[in-house]
Amino acid sequence: MIKYILIFLVLIGMAWLFFPLVVEFFTPDITNNLAANYVFGSAADLNMPNAVTAVVVTYRGLDTLGEVTVLFLATAGVGFFLKRKKHMEGIRRPGSEILKTGSEILAPLIIIFGIYIFTHGHLTPGGGFPGGVVMASAFLLLLMANENFGFSHGIINLTETISGIGYVLIGITGLVLLGLNHFLDPRWLGLGQWGRLFSAGAVPLIYSFIGLKVGAEMSGLLDSLQSDGGEQ
Amino acid sequence: MAENILIIVLSTISLIAAVFAVVTKKTINAIISSGVVSLMASITFLLVAAPDVAMTEAAIGSGLTTVVFLYALKHVRGQRSSRDD
Repeated sequence: MIKYILIFLVLIGMAWLFFPLVVEFFTPDITNNLAANYVFGSAADLNMPNAVTAVVVTYRGLDTLGEVTVLFLATAGVGFFLKRKKHMEGIRRPGSEILKTGSEILAPLIIIFGIYIFTHGHLTPGGGFPGGVVMASAFLLLLMANENFGFSHGIINLTETISGIGYVLIGITGLVLLGLNHFLDPRWLGLGQWGRLFSAGAVPLIYSFIGLKVGAEMSGLLDSLQSDGGEQ
Repeated sequence: MAENILIIVLSTISLIAAVFAVVTKKTINAIISSGVVSLMASITFLLVAAPDVAMTEAAIGSGLTTVVFLYALKHVRGQRSSRDD
């Protein structure tokens, strides 16, 4: 009983803490200097309709590289700790008929939607990270529906390696072609026509690499969670 | 105005789900209701004009995290004698 009272006390305290933030929140009419630079620069310099992608991939590209590295380390850690108990290979329960039939129809569509999200990251909302995770969720659906479904870990590792190396190589190409302070600058590839798929320099390439990498990592993570330790 | 009412409704549902996740006895109920919290958060993000964050939250928060927790629960149950259900 005392536990529930404490929970509600903490909730009320949090509400009291955050209430001023909610009440005083307003949407500013004018952007400050930095934001204005980002918003107008993404249209003028980079020829990119989606300003969020311009910030994530170009202006804050180094942070994104770090983020990809952190994700890689996290999935590598999970894989390392789960792979040690290989002898616990369990019997998998087959999915129901509804799940099987549904996954046959839905999984290809979800994969194509994921590819759409990361290839159109510079035009529409989304990008490499959501696209990769959406792709991984399609693989999860297949994994749950079919008891014999498994990935070739060689292909997954190959995709991951090629994407990671490709991302860094694109950054270094900017460094070589444009000058010293242009690491991860996508403008070495032509800017193209406004709003087309092949525009905004190397951004579609970068986001495709990130999407493939995230998708491969997440699918590998789910597969190693699935194939390990299920002994019921 | 209608948007505000919808946001208040969604926040109320996610509050109820969060409290339920803490007070419930079965671990699987807690996992499902924390997935509900993420789903409500993703709809809220969509309403405040952040579709990319909403997409990520729906896929990671309510999709993959729930499944990873379910797998973790399976592992824990495999090692202990399943006593909490």
